[in-house]
Amino acid sequence: MRKLLYAVVGLVVAVALWEGYKAVGNPDGTVLFGVRVLPRADDLSMPHLWTVLERLGRPELTGGRPVWIVVVRACLFTLGITAVGFVIGAVVGLLLAVVMERFRIVERGLLPYVILSQTVPLVALAPLVAGWGGTIMPAWAVVSLIAAYLAFFPVAVGMLRGLQSPSASGVELMRSYAAGWWRTLVKLRFPSSLPYLFPALRLAGAAAVVGAVVGEISTGTRGGVGRLIIEYSREATSDPAKVYTAMLGAALLGLVVAGLVSLLELPLMRHRRHVEVVTL
Amino acid sequence: MRRIRIFTAIATATALLAAGCGTADDSATPAPGGSGGALTPIKLQLQWFYQAQFGGYIAAVDQGFYKEQGLDVQLLEGGVDIVPQTVLAQGKADYAVAWVPKALASREQGAGITDVGQIFGRSGTYQVVWKDSGIKTAADLKGKKVGNWGFGNEYELFAGMTKAGLDPGKDVTLVQQQFDMQALLKKEIDAAQAMSYNEYAQLLEAKNPQTGKLYTADDFSIIDWKSEGSSMLQDAVWANTEKLNDPAYQQQTVKFLTATIKGWAFCRDNAEKCRDLVVAKGSKLGKSHQLWQMNETNKLIWPAAGGIGVIDDAAWKQTVDISMTTKNQTGDTVLTKAPEGLAYTNDYINQAITAAKAAGVDVNGTSFQPATVTLTEGGA
Repeated sequence: MRKLLYAVVGLVVAVALWEGYKAVGNPDGTVLFGVRVLPRADDLSMPHLWTVLERLGRPELTGGRPVWIVVVRACLFTLGITAVGFVIGAVVGLLLAVVMERFRIVERGLLPYVILSQTVPLVALAPLVAGWGGTIMPAWAVVSLIAAYLAFFPVAVGMLRGLQSPSASGVELMRSYAAGWWRTLVKLRFPSSLPYLFPALRLAGAAAVVGAVVGEISTGTRGGVGRLIIEYSREATSDPAKVYTAMLGAALLGLVVAGLVSLLELPLMRHRRHVEVVTL
Repeated sequence: MRRIRIFTAIATATALLAAGCGTADDSATPAPGGSGGALTPIKLQLQWFYQAQFGGYIAAVDQGFYKEQGLDVQLLEGGVDIVPQTVLAQGKADYAVAWVPKALASREQGAGITDVGQIFGRSGTYQVVWKDSGIKTAADLKGKKVGNWGFGNEYELFAGMTKAGLDPGKDVTLVQQQFDMQALLKKEIDAAQAMSYNEYAQLLEAKNPQTGKLYTADDFSIIDWKSEGSSMLQDAVWANTEKLNDPAYQQQTVKFLTATIKGWAFCRDNAEKCRDLVVAKGSKLGKSHQLWQMNETNKLIWPAAGGIGVIDDAAWKQTVDISMTTKNQTGDTVLTKAPEGLAYTNDYINQAITAAKAAGVDVNGTSFQPATVTLTEGGA
């Protein structure tokens, strides 16, 4: 109940900030020494929120479906892509973490590359994999792959720390029971890594959404909200509110994914203490 | 026991999500055409999403012109990071539509591609200014803020300014422009780059907040690089140079071009029908915008004195000259040396024209008259 209240308050604050800036901001923006420090507040750059909402209700094109239906369908499509990317990324991340925990030499050799992988800009990566679409896999799978590429990283790093988190005495106790590596992993390391895993999964969820949206934009994959953003932004000249409807959809998608990921942790974390973990 | 239930729940949730994605995929991939067993599958890479700029290819697919030639053509949409000539050079498509200067630059980088059909005989690039600014020619841009898209789209502008005696690096303020026209409407820039068939129409679909009506052509002036003498060749069909040694691919190229000619002639004679085909392909741009684009695209092709797709030596030379001599703001030219090898050939398009003529297609469109298209707000 209280959470809901906070969410509503947050929304009201965001609305107030947007409309407040529109009311007091300079329609031509504020320029200091030739550098724009504050954005323009005119209707072309920042349409009124009610204009955006009203645009959601009107048809996309004459005689077409209302924009909100188009946006919701696009978001569902992207949600599917994100989910596949998230699952692939999480599984790959988990496996990497387990292997790195098991073999110290692998951790030493692999971890730098895992980190390096995230410094490769998406714009460089996307054209390389874009061509796989339609040949060795369907076009949407390429986008999932890009999402997975971003999603595996927080899981791999977070999970590795989690697996290494049991105290030495815990590990020694397992050894005194003559428990092997597998048993130690299942009975001790996995349970104690959960508080590390879930924040990592949340990061992975967010990364997968970004990967899916950006991947759609860069490969032009039809059907998702990323493509919708780029299509609507071409009409920004004459219909600026339309762009924001698609962006609203993308933001909503991010929230939904974050919500779904935290649902995963509810049953597993019920009796556990939450710890703040910085994985990045 | 509880743990098992939880894992089942997670697994079910994932499966549901995956299934959701799977069904979405079904609607996205077109079903392969079942008729005609011996059709050769062909992939044509376009520069961008489906729009009337590619109307002729879309019509040739829809009206069965490619099928008549024994080809099953699949159109591949472009995207932000998809470079058609690279896709072609990598063998992921059989033909590609690309602008000549950009494709020549890729050739210089090693892409083995050849211009086999110069569908657009004219350039559609404008520099649009407010009428009350008094700017009429490239020379008037001196001291102004000039928007351009960069990424190789800017050379006609730079060549035009250079030709008018301006130093693009010093005499004007260059501004990187977004692919919409807001900067001009907000008067952040004095001159904005625009394609006649797209961005210029967007201006005319926007509402003037002062009058509450749409802007009209009277509000703007156009610097047209065709009349400034710095235009470059744009949309052309490119083929794989190496494969052109193969007689089978040669024949296939002629067939492909023959059907393509038919498609464009169809769009010339049936602009509205062609517009409907484009809209049916799921374009997000509205009907009036697409009809405008179809009409403007037709203007870039027709009338075609030498026949559609035939590469005009003078226009080619002008494109190559500008590509080699004009520097952009970073001092780069498109090409460092004249194109080597088989950069273009009229062999196949001439055969295709003969075939199309024999089939009763008007390949010159001498009597073509552009229509007057009324744009609606937002192009809807």
